[in-house]
Amino acid sequence: MTTSSIDLPVGAPEEVVTHALVRDVDLTAFGFIGNLALITLDNGHDHNRPNTFGPKSLMELDAAITDALSRKPAAIAVTGKPFIFAAGADLSALSFLTNREQSMAIGKLGHDIFRRLGELDIPTFAFINGLALGGGLELGLHCNYRTLATTAFTALPEVFLGLVPGWGGATILPKLIGPEKAVQVIILNALNNNTMMNAKQALSLGVVDTVFEPADFLEKSAGFVADVLSGRKQIVREGHTNDGDWESSLAVGRTAALKKYGGAEIASPMVALKLIGEARTATLSSGFDAEDAALSDLVLSDPLRASLYAFNLMQKKRKKVEGAPKPALGRKVAKVGVVGAGLMASQLALLLVRNLKCPLVMTDLDQARVDKGVEWVKSELTKLVEKRRMSEESAHRLSLLVTGSVDQSAFAGSDFIIEAIFEELSLKQELFKKLEKIVSPECVLATNTSSLSVEAMTEGMAHPERVVGFHFFNPVAIMPLLEIARTSKTDDATTATAVNVGKELKKTMVITKDAPGFVVNRLLTRFMGEITDAVDEGTPVDVADNAMRSIGFPMSPFELLGLVGPGVALHVAETLHKNLGPRYRISPTMQRMVEKEVRQFYVKSEDGTKVANPEAIALVEKGTTPSTSEQVKLRALKALAEEARMMLDEGVVTSPAEIDLCMLLGAGWPLVLGGILPYLDREGISEAVTGQRFHAKGVASLP
Amino acid sequence: MSRNVVLVDAVRTPFGKAGSLYAGVRADDLMVRAVRGLLERNPKVALSEIDDVAIAAATQSGDQGMNLGRSVGLLAGLPNTVPGYSVDRWCAGAMTSVTTIAGAIAFGAYDIAIAGGVEHMGNHPIGEGLDPNPRYLAEKIVDQDALAMGATAERLHDRFPELTKARADAYALNSQVKTARAYAEGKIQRDLIPVAIRSPELGWGIATVDEPPRPTTTIEGLATLKTPFRPAGRVTAGNSSGLNDGATAAILASEERALELGLGIKARLVSFAFAGVEPEIMGFGPVPSTIKALKKAGLSISDIGLFEINEAFAIQVLAFLDHFGIADDDSRVNMYGGAIAVGHPLASSGVRLMLNLARGFEEHTEVRYGITTMCIGLGMGGTVIWENPHFSGFTSAAGGK
Repeated sequence: MTTSSIDLPVGAPEEVVTHALVRDVDLTAFGFIGNLALITLDNGHDHNRPNTFGPKSLMELDAAITDALSRKPAAIAVTGKPFIFAAGADLSALSFLTNREQSMAIGKLGHDIFRRLGELDIPTFAFINGLALGGGLELGLHCNYRTLATTAFTALPEVFLGLVPGWGGATILPKLIGPEKAVQVIILNALNNNTMMNAKQALSLGVVDTVFEPADFLEKSAGFVADVLSGRKQIVREGHTNDGDWESSLAVGRTAALKKYGGAEIASPMVALKLIGEARTATLSSGFDAEDAALSDLVLSDPLRASLYAFNLMQKKRKKVEGAPKPALGRKVAKVGVVGAGLMASQLALLLVRNLKCPLVMTDLDQARVDKGVEWVKSELTKLVEKRRMSEESAHRLSLLVTGSVDQSAFAGSDFIIEAIFEELSLKQELFKKLEKIVSPECVLATNTSSLSVEAMTEGMAHPERVVGFHFFNPVAIMPLLEIARTSKTDDATTATAVNVGKELKKTMVITKDAPGFVVNRLLTRFMGEITDAVDEGTPVDVADNAMRSIGFPMSPFELLGLVGPGVALHVAETLHKNLGPRYRISPTMQRMVEKEVRQFYVKSEDGTKVANPEAIALVEKGTTPSTSEQVKLRALKALAEEARMMLDEGVVTSPAEIDLCMLLGAGWPLVLGGILPYLDREGISEAVTGQRFHAKGVASLP
Repeated sequence: MSRNVVLVDAVRTPFGKAGSLYAGVRADDLMVRAVRGLLERNPKVALSEIDDVAIAAATQSGDQGMNLGRSVGLLAGLPNTVPGYSVDRWCAGAMTSVTTIAGAIAFGAYDIAIAGGVEHMGNHPIGEGLDPNPRYLAEKIVDQDALAMGATAERLHDRFPELTKARADAYALNSQVKTARAYAEGKIQRDLIPVAIRSPELGWGIATVDEPPRPTTTIEGLATLKTPFRPAGRVTAGNSSGLNDGATAAILASEERALELGLGIKARLVSFAFAGVEPEIMGFGPVPSTIKALKKAGLSISDIGLFEINEAFAIQVLAFLDHFGIADDDSRVNMYGGAIAVGHPLASSGVRLMLNLARGFEEHTEVRYGITTMCIGLGMGGTVIWENPHFSGFTSAAGGK
């Protein structure tokens, strides 16, 4: 081949090379006289380090294809190592690319080598035996035929990461399965939290030709090759150029992309949609060229660097909790309590019992509330069974573990109790003092408070060291973040126990100082305050609310307000106002909304679209100093930068990355913003407000 | 016998040299492949109807432990309602799986079941984990020789001095020749289930043929081989089976149920017997077991038209043939060669004999009865006598199908 390798960019980590091994398989036993040249991709590590493609790996694959051809086989197939086909391009080098030529070169190298498999005069096959992501699946798409193990998951996650499928996927997939399904795989799945296809879905979408059970996947795949070669099996490919749904499918993708980012046009899904649209008539060569160009633009952009930073951050912190004491210091948790049986408490109870699978006691003021809470948990378990997400047996087991009582002495013997009662400090102080008389001194007492001082709750307690903040986000079963707030007295054993419980709950955790609002609520409330302030000053509601549209937040401030509820939002704002100072203002508009029980700035009109809620508009403070959209945006962003810097200076968390992690996972802010601080850095807001960046150049941005 | 028992079908994996072809393949996975391949080519057998799965292994630990019969059933994707158990009679493991299952079918307890065996001698070297009771030697219950199979083969030469090394070598060469011919004619490959194999250096591949055969074997070459079991001995690597990896599986059914389901019938069980001999000459075991089985069947050796004898050692086959007055190179014996050529993964071999016999029955419709027989460590033999369902002498009313 004329292909020549390229060097890794300076500073990039050494490539973990995926080797490509060639071996002959005699097809006689499968009913065809001839050989299959089977290429195995294997980087020599176990499944925890999937096969990936950097320049050296691509060159090995190139050499393997040449080797395979020299054996004069009847067909060539590519397969992976146990459990893994290939997880795509080696992203570790991507952050070190500094110029367009490098980026174009890596795109082109992949195309040039992968496309050989699509353009030979013998049939080629991908035996997708395990996980195939991104470039891994694209390699398979270049082959003429694909078999898939029934247990394997596949996806093109590029758009999730801020990229586009750039080794052929954006061009080949629409040609292969048509626009609607290609948009599903490339856009909708990727934007829907990086949803992967199971084998059944991949087959029905036409991404693969057939599926086989893993027990004899390779043997069956070889049989499939023999069947195709002998003509016993024919796979008919229908062209999609003349399908009638190109425009409508692209529109569906566009709508989804706008919705994901709260109306902002974020580059990667838009570019991917353009490539999909062009695939209708593009030749493979022109499509691949367009992919190279598109990818290079994206790779050399700050949003992509922020995305990669955010993605790596989330991956890393899922396993390792910054500043956590040794897990061994944690105590065994074999019985838990939930104080309160309202909706939040019931959600916590469900989450706890599902994951800890130990006895759980709920208490509340009267029997009716207790019964309601316990019944709610049990009915949710039943629903899980109905949705086939839990076996009946597990539901029986868990149901029997949940009990309720109006008598808090039922908490005796508990190892971990979380309270989710009304957000009133004196009530919580009283509660903890009472609980101390019931449980052992080691029992962890956790609070799900969102803004009160945890330390203040320990006043008068004999053992304040066992109290810790354990702050979830709504809906608790779905939101992945858990803020663990340590007071000055919380001991390591308590923190370790709390972190161990959080791990069981499969949450990503950030350990924060016991400071008002911890991280997420503090930043969100500050940010929201600027918007409501602008409204109170006379800025039209829609101007203020739409000021942030272009940034990419998943929802506008007042959409968020509707979700949280003005009551909670106002309560948090009042607490932070009291504890952090007047920069947290109390909006008269909000006060009136709470008073009049008007929950939403928006209502659904008859045709389902969102329109302004006249009841809310009527309550708006009528200020006389309106701002422009641009002014609102700037002051909100400046407030975020100022507050984040203050939090770091106060030691609420120890690193900017933890703030980003909180906003990514607790507020759902997007990867392209890197959470939030990389965005504030690249817009120059950080330096303008605080005189410095949060992240050094190159950490979450182009160098 | 209350009900007729038939062999519906049998298959095996290609055999490998110990730890070579199947290095990196688990024994239970080998067995699973055999079972899945077997069921795939017998789609009329409803999986839920399988009454039991009996799987043999001579070493029952590690990837040959955990009650292989049950574990292979689950791993092969059989419904969890299908039970399973494991069997051990050393080399006659799979043969015992068959006879035990057959007994249950004849009794009426089962209608249809799977019997097989596996040995991965690469993963489980011969003698691994054995802890012979010291009383064996202290109380002279057996000689030291009884515990080493090669030594028992030498002892058989001692017992029958007329069965010379030259005869053993000639027999061994013939086995290689017959296997090579059967391969050339595609007769062995028909019953081999391909197995995915993988090595870190070579990547994935698929085993489709036996690894052990040495078609270039010569009588001169055999004569030069060392005699590892004693100086100036007669037993060599060339006139013995090797150390091997492989798995076999068979479907057995009551004849009644097989006919109802329209299953093929490859052989009809006539009788079986196991018998003991002095452990020091364990290779003589097939003689008494065959005498016993013939007696039970009311047959004589002259009624037997085809023989499948396990070639653990050439001498052991020669001792059998000599006893019954059959020539060393009798064409009725081991038509496709035997374990000396294709290998002897201990507990799997019994079913290999049966599938070869079944193929012999197809080719020789003039033959009515055939036997499968093998020697067993610590001094035993096992014999199963089968009737050819294709026998041309049957009148249509007499049950020949």
